[in-house]
Amino acid sequence: MLILQQLISGLMIGGIYVMVAVAFTLTIGMLNFLNFTIPALFMLSGMVAWGLTTVGVHWALALLGGVATATFASLIVERFTYRYMRVRYGDATEHALPLVSSLGFLIIFEHLVLVILGSDPQRFPTPFTSADFHIGKLIIGIPQLVSLVLALVIVWGLSIMLKRTRVGRALRSIAENPDAATLMGVSVNYIVPIVFVITGLMAGIAGMLFTLNYADINAYMGDNVAAKAIAGMVIGGLGNIWGAIAGGLIVGLTEVMAIHFFGADIVKIPIWGLLLLILLVRPSGLFGHTAIGKGKF
Amino acid sequence: MSGYWTGIVAILCFNIVVAYSVFLPAAAGQLNLGAAGFVAIGAYTSGYLSTDVGLAMWLTIPIAALATGAVAFLISFPMLRTRGVYMVLATLAFAEIVQGIYINLEIFGAAAGYPVAAFAELDIIAPITIVVILFVVFLMATRFGLSMRAVHDDERVASLFGVNTRMTKVAAFTLGGVIAGIGGAIWAHQFNYVEIQHFNILLSTFVLLYVLIGGTQTPYGPLVGAVFFTLLPEFLRVSNEWRFVIFGVIIVLMMVVRPEGLVTRTLVERFYGLFWRRGRTAVADR
Repeated sequence: MLILQQLISGLMIGGIYVMVAVAFTLTIGMLNFLNFTIPALFMLSGMVAWGLTTVGVHWALALLGGVATATFASLIVERFTYRYMRVRYGDATEHALPLVSSLGFLIIFEHLVLVILGSDPQRFPTPFTSADFHIGKLIIGIPQLVSLVLALVIVWGLSIMLKRTRVGRALRSIAENPDAATLMGVSVNYIVPIVFVITGLMAGIAGMLFTLNYADINAYMGDNVAAKAIAGMVIGGLGNIWGAIAGGLIVGLTEVMAIHFFGADIVKIPIWGLLLLILLVRPSGLFGHTAIGKGKF
Repeated sequence: MSGYWTGIVAILCFNIVVAYSVFLPAAAGQLNLGAAGFVAIGAYTSGYLSTDVGLAMWLTIPIAALATGAVAFLISFPMLRTRGVYMVLATLAFAEIVQGIYINLEIFGAAAGYPVAAFAELDIIAPITIVVILFVVFLMATRFGLSMRAVHDDERVASLFGVNTRMTKVAAFTLGGVIAGIGGAIWAHQFNYVEIQHFNILLSTFVLLYVLIGGTQTPYGPLVGAVFFTLLPEFLRVSNEWRFVIFGVIIVLMMVVRPEGLVTRTLVERFYGLFWRRGRTAVADR
């Protein structure tokens, strides 16, 4: 029974990992760019929301403000990493430059938050901490359940958007070949920012759900979650949205089970070990394509 | 020299050595985001040999370097099967696993840290650092250095011209491991205490940034990058957080303005041209 309870909480935290993993996998799949600002966007969403509540904003508005900030920050990142490089070099994916720039932005965002909001761990005044229902002896948190469902619905909507709509088709054509897409009349300058808006929204909403459910936030909260999300992305295969969903949930379960059986100190070894094993044995992940991310750097 | 500056120069030496350990694979086209893992192995090995075995420092540092090099050699074969983003992630995963293992090893004090007996003054660390720099500068001037450059620029063409690309990459990765081991040993003997928490992803990230912003084209890039980013905060008289914000802004701007890094091949050759006029051939090669 205890195991079953652990399974449930693993799935709940896995829902958060799923959203962040989808944000990672989308930028890699579309632009071949490992976007290290995602942990910062995740953290911005939570910390800005907390900062807003301290000046008297209602918690729901504050959370929306956090997501908006994350999205806006993501657009700034696009302007200074991806767009400039591509204008100058034709194809930014051939270089390590966007990766390095995004590390620069990660440092900027985290330390700006430290300067403005301080480094102490904070507690978000979440309205529902103890709303659970019971099935037999199992406890299921309602907000966590809602988050998991919401995360899955958003990801499902995203995959429909990519498959069916005009914008989605344009995005997939850019993923395949940016030059050919331009020749076919896809305006790369308008389409690429959409990837970053989606990235910002996914990371921001994930940060919002995390803040609502766990309430404990600090300036480094993104790093830990992003590490797990990267692991989830690799397990599912780079550039594959459904892979990211499966991978995120697998990582959530692995983490909770490892903590349950071996304690919190050891949790890094199974997760990163699984990641390394998959990278070495089956680099395309469980569901991925082999072509993505194979270019130099 | 005051104690304050002695401390800074010691950190500088450590940063330079670790930057060169990342530079060698990078010069052969391999991004290594796992420097912290190798440094941790070097630091714990030299610490163990110094405290528990009681060896002298002139033995612990080379043995730590060789041990780290051996680990790098062994993992280079699976690691080099991956490329690009996959390689970045694989090296990152390696470093995280090393950290996860050491934090659970009771003989190394687990999370509490591990004391190191022998203390290395600056007059031991600085010469080691200079030897490492000279070694890499020499290495890049040899035929092997040329092979690394060729593999970095275009692996397929390099292979067509008879470069053993696999051997080149394995050798670059292994030598990088040896140098990272030296870096770890320097850390262990300078601070007399090894805590695994120091060898985290931040260290790997910063070292990679020193290298990429210094420039991977010439062996002087990592030196310039490490010196610049170690000394810059000392001259910025603002709070620690603002220093990091400025650091990040410089990284972003640098990638926009000078994406090949501070020191490029052209720059070095122009610099030489100031002193020795060798006609116009010097600038043409980029």
